[in-house]
Amino acid sequence: MPSERARILFWQIAVAVICLLAWHVLTATKILDPFFFATPLGVIERTWKDFASGVIWRHLGVTLLETVLAFAIGSLGGTALGFWFARRAMAAAVFDPYIKAANALPRVVLAPIFALWFGLGIWSKVALGVTLVFFIVFFNVYQGVREVSPTVLANARMLGMNDRQLLRHVYMPSALSWVFSSLHTSVGFALVGAVVGEYLGATAGLGYRIAQAEGVFDVVGVFSGMLVLSAFVVAIDAFVSVIERRLLVWRPDSAAAASAQG
Amino acid sequence: MQRIAEAARGGEVPPAIAFSGISVAYPLKGGGRYVALGETDLVVADGEFTAIVGPTGCGKSTLLNVAAGLVPAASGGCTVFGRTLRGLNRDAGYLFQADSLMPWKTARDNVAVGLSVRGVATAEARDRAQAWLTRVGLASMGDRYPHQLSGGQKKRVALAQMLILEPKLLLMDEPFGPLDAQTRIVMGDLLLSLWSAERKAVLFVTHDLEEAIALADRVVVLSAGPQARIIADHRVGLARPRELAESRHDPEFTGLHRAIWGALKDEVMKAYGDAI
Repeated sequence: MPSERARILFWQIAVAVICLLAWHVLTATKILDPFFFATPLGVIERTWKDFASGVIWRHLGVTLLETVLAFAIGSLGGTALGFWFARRAMAAAVFDPYIKAANALPRVVLAPIFALWFGLGIWSKVALGVTLVFFIVFFNVYQGVREVSPTVLANARMLGMNDRQLLRHVYMPSALSWVFSSLHTSVGFALVGAVVGEYLGATAGLGYRIAQAEGVFDVVGVFSGMLVLSAFVVAIDAFVSVIERRLLVWRPDSAAAASAQG
Repeated sequence: MQRIAEAARGGEVPPAIAFSGISVAYPLKGGGRYVALGETDLVVADGEFTAIVGPTGCGKSTLLNVAAGLVPAASGGCTVFGRTLRGLNRDAGYLFQADSLMPWKTARDNVAVGLSVRGVATAEARDRAQAWLTRVGLASMGDRYPHQLSGGQKKRVALAQMLILEPKLLLMDEPFGPLDAQTRIVMGDLLLSLWSAERKAVLFVTHDLEEAIALADRVVVLSAGPQARIIADHRVGLARPRELAESRHDPEFTGLHRAIWGALKDEVMKAYGDAI
C-alpha cells in the first residue's frame, strides 16, 4: 500500500512539474507571449512577495470569513427548511416549483442585486455564497429525513421515543450524514460564492485581487491570485476531509473513502 | 372480547395479549383493498411462548404489527394485559427481521438509548447496557458500530436493546430469518436461556416450522393470504430447558412436525400457486 501511495504522489508531483516546465519553455522561447501568459517564475516570485510583505493575509482572511459565514448560514437555513419540508408533505408540495425555479437561477445575476442590498462589504458575498450552499444542504437534508429506514424508525418508536427524541436520535443523525457527505461540495460552493462576489465588486478578498490585477493587465497578478486561490481550496478541502472522517466514523463506506482520499 | 371480560371478572390473570376479530386491510394502488388478515381471534397467556407459522405473505407480520400498535386494525380489538390497546404498545418489545439498529450509534449506545429516553442518567444507562452486552456475549464489542458487526452480532445487540427495557410482552418478527443455519441455532439457544430467566409472554413469527417447534410452547398455523386465518393450534410438550440441536431428535418433535406440516403444506402450495 505505501508503495502505491508513493507512486501516486510521485506522479501527482510529476504532472505539476511537467506542466510548469512546458509553461516555462513556451514563454521563454516566446511561442507564448509572456505579457499575456505570464511566466511560472514570475508568478511564483510575485506570490512569494505578497506573502513576504503580508498584504495577502488580509485578503485571505476576508475570503475565509465570507466562506465560513456563507457555509454556516446556508447550512443552518437548508437544514431547517429541509426538515420542515420533509415532515410537512403539504408545504413541500406547495413550494416545490418555487424551490426548483430558485435553484435553477444563475447566481451571477444576483450579485449586483446583493451588492445594492448589502453594500460592497462582506455581506453581499456571504449572501451569494448562501444562495449556493443553501440548496445543496436543503436537498440533502430533505432526502436524508425521508430516507430513514422504516425499520429503524419503527424500532426507535418501540423503544419509547417521542417525536422530539426521534428527531434527535434518528432524523437528525440521518439527515446530517447526508449533509456531511456533501460537505466538500457545499464548502466549495461557499468559496465560489465569496470569490465571484468579490470579483464583481468588493474592497478586499482574493476575488478582488484578481479583478484588480485584470483591470491593469497585470497577468502575473491574475495568475498569482489563482495560485493562492487553488492552494486555499486544497487546504480547505483537506480540512473538510479530516472533519468528515471524524463525523462519519459509523458509516460503512467512510473507512474505504477516507483511505482512498488520504 | 366477552371471554376476556369474563376471565377478568373471574379474577384470573389477564392474558398477555388477546386479539378478537382482528382484520387488517391495505389500500391497493389501483383502488380497492387487500385484506391481509381475515377476522382472527388469538389469546396468548402471560409467560407463554407462542410461535406463529405460515406461508410467505400470509399476514403473520401484520398480526405482530397490530400487537405492537404499529399498524391499525380495520376491525376488531386487541387487549394487552386486560387493557384495550390504543396507539403504540408500551408493554411490548419488538425484534425486527431487518436491521433495526441505529447505524450512527455504537452497539453500547444502541442498547442504552431506550433507557436514556426514559430519563435514566447516561452513566447508569451505559453501565446497564454493558451488562446486557455481556449477557448476549458481546462484552468487548460495545464500541463497535453496527456495520462492524456480523449479522448474528447485530441480532444479539437488538436482543439486548429490547430486553434491557424489560418488556412484559416480546414480539419477534422472523428475527433470525436473515442468519445462516448454525447462527440461527446458537441464537435460538441464547433466546431460550434469556427467556427462561423471566418467562415473559412471547409472540414469535417465523416461516421455519422446526424453529417454531423447538422454541415455543405452542405453535399456531396461519393460512395463506389474502384473508389469512388460524387453521391449526398445537401445544408443544417438549421438556424445558431445551437445546435446539437436541430437540430435533425427540420423538415428540418429529410427531408434531409431521402433524403441523400436514396442515401447513397445503397453504404453502397455495401461496406458491398464487406466486406462479
